[in-house]
Amino acid sequence: MSLSQIFDIAGSGMAAQSIRLNTTASNIANADSASSSEGDVYRARKPVFAAVQQDAMRMALGGDIMNDRPENQGVAVQGIVESDAPLDMRYEPDHAMADEQGYVMYPNVNVVEEMADMMSASRGFQTNVDIMDAAKTMMQRLLTLGQ
Amino acid sequence: MTISFSNALGIHEQALEVRVRRAEVLANNLANADTPGFKARDVDFKAILGEQMSGKDLGSTLKMDTTNGKHLPFGFDGGSEALLYRKPSQPSVDGNTVDTQQETAEFMKNTMQYQSSFQFLNGKFKSLVHAIRGE
Repeated sequence: MSLSQIFDIAGSGMAAQSIRLNTTASNIANADSASSSEGDVYRARKPVFAAVQQDAMRMALGGDIMNDRPENQGVAVQGIVESDAPLDMRYEPDHAMADEQGYVMYPNVNVVEEMADMMSASRGFQTNVDIMDAAKTMMQRLLTLGQ
Repeated sequence: MTISFSNALGIHEQALEVRVRRAEVLANNLANADTPGFKARDVDFKAILGEQMSGKDLGSTLKMDTTNGKHLPFGFDGGSEALLYRKPSQPSVDGNTVDTQQETAEFMKNTMQYQSSFQFLNGKFKSLVHAIRGE
């Protein structure tokens, strides 16, 4: 029964959103991690989402055309990239991490943006949970057929 | 006299299958709600049901023959012409055309329609059981 594929799709969505939430948590936690050099400073991390093309390969290997449906993909995190937004350079000569000129490097994390991202991720997660719940109900109904 | 199941169950058996397939497509749209460049899709219910009723997939009829194991299958790749792209109402800058509210509404509607198809099918089975028992 292809209803079980919905569980895979919604599950992939939930996994992707939780990775996104993970990067957001990491970004917010490190929003004030100071550093004295540009190379060591924490940079905001962002996941890259992409639709999965899982069936293309299976079809090429002689898969069943009727049952392998390329439209059912789900989502995957292709990787996590570091933001190249300009770093926050502050003049704090008394700071323990200050360089010779008295500057401290702060991460390029935009906390407001991260909060918005967090809300979006949690909503996305919620939607996928609802989908899974609906698929579960549909499956349970199907099991009562003829009773 | 024999009971023909396909005659007795009518359109509901296929309708239920199409509802499941549509649920899959919509679930996929929602899973990719934040994927850049993803285009929301939906099925043309009438076309896909007609396809199911006639008992053949367009993909299988228009497929090219493969004479060697290393050949790639060519033609309609497993799907059908009934799978279309949604017209975006508010496309985002990254090329994504999934509108979460719209998709959720469609998904819920589809679930309800699935329930009704299911009720009809269940009713058919119940009447068959009645007929067999002769009560």
